[in-house]
Amino acid sequence: MSELLKNIIRYVLFILVQVFVLFKVPPLHRFITPYLYFLFILWLPFNISRTLLCLVGFLFGLSLDYFSRTPGLHAAACTLIAYVRPFIINVMISQEGTDKNYISPSVTSMGWAPYITYVLVLTFLHNAYLVFLEWMSFGSFIYFLGKVTATTGISFMLIMLTELLFYRKQKFRTNTV
Amino acid sequence: MRNVFLFIRSNFNFLFFLVLQIISLSFLFRYNKFHEAAFMNASTEITGRVNEKFDNVAYYFKLRKTNDSLISENRRLHQALKENFEAPDSLRRLILDTLKTDSGKMFLKYNFMEAKVVGNTTALQANYLTIHRGSSELVRPNMGVVSPQGIVGTVVNVSEHYATVMSLLNRQYKVVVKLKNGGDRGTIEWDGLNPLFVTLKDIPKSASVNKGDTIMTSQTSSLFPANIMVGTVYEIVDDKNASNFYTLKIRPATNFYNVEYVYVIENLQYEEQKRLEDSTRKKFQ
Repeated sequence: MSELLKNIIRYVLFILVQVFVLFKVPPLHRFITPYLYFLFILWLPFNISRTLLCLVGFLFGLSLDYFSRTPGLHAAACTLIAYVRPFIINVMISQEGTDKNYISPSVTSMGWAPYITYVLVLTFLHNAYLVFLEWMSFGSFIYFLGKVTATTGISFMLIMLTELLFYRKQKFRTNTV
Repeated sequence: MRNVFLFIRSNFNFLFFLVLQIISLSFLFRYNKFHEAAFMNASTEITGRVNEKFDNVAYYFKLRKTNDSLISENRRLHQALKENFEAPDSLRRLILDTLKTDSGKMFLKYNFMEAKVVGNTTALQANYLTIHRGSSELVRPNMGVVSPQGIVGTVVNVSEHYATVMSLLNRQYKVVVKLKNGGDRGTIEWDGLNPLFVTLKDIPKSASVNKGDTIMTSQTSSLFPANIMVGTVYEIVDDKNASNFYTLKIRPATNFYNVEYVYVIENLQYEEQKRLEDSTRKKFQ
């Protein structure tokens, strides 16, 4: 399956899962909203250009917004992590040429520790920005801190579960093209 | 000039990022005016269709609860039939005059239209329902929406066959209600903390309020007929005499997790009332 087709399917699936499964779950606590959809952006290939990455992030967030009827909220957060992603990857890649030898960021291509850091930083950024925008219109500072922490924790747990359940095999491509 | 182009070229990614941020933030904060007209109609039509597909599956799992709520509503309506009221045969008899509601639409104020809920969120700060009934089926923005158990919200946006309803569980939603016992009016709003409870404010402390008291719609809201169930008082929040008004925690009568069918309420006399009120406001400005 080509990488483009794979990502298109993922795009649709992540939106559907977020809207029809995770948004439907009865809330455990007022601080917790389970967010998983942005994992799509974390899984995009290494070689995608930064401009395109931003644009894809924006469109992806906006599609979710039209389901949750909050135009711009998730789009802003997704654009932010799509913009920051290349910087984090540059810092986290340990070996020379990882981004050429593998297709996309994963545990196999980056190693456990760098990958977890990469996920944690972007999850935190996404949730902090999202809750910050919510907090601008209402809420207290305690609400802001509590919600960012709790939502980041839950998101991280969900992402790790997804990584274990849907293990992505990555081929090592020897010839750097 | 050349330097400007060079600057744009060297910082293209950052500028592009900024542009996208500005677009999304302007969507977010100017939502009600420009955006609604420009995009929401088309997108409601599309997301409504996806929601409907999903609801076709999920509907079967809620059949039992839907049935229960419809049966209890039916029972309530049967109870209100005039055949149920009969006085002993004597000179003074109770006669229920049904002529007013039957002949012509002269006095009819509220018209109920049924609609199926195809989309619903409860986990967000701004929750909306999508119903499968739109402008071609006579739904207009600013109509009240009730479920068999109690009020649900207000129609905010309409496409051809779908409409979105701002639910009681939305930070921007406000509606005037009254205490059944005593009739004092207050405003219901949601604090965004817990989807099981909403807040009732502006009830003066002179009113007598107890736990479990019934809250109903008031005729002054003009979206809903009077005396439709809203909820019950769950807790009287203790503000240590800081204010002259109660803050009440209300448990809504509607279960927002399994609402399947709703009624959209059209106020047939709304135009006239609004015209009069607007002209009064103009006169004394």
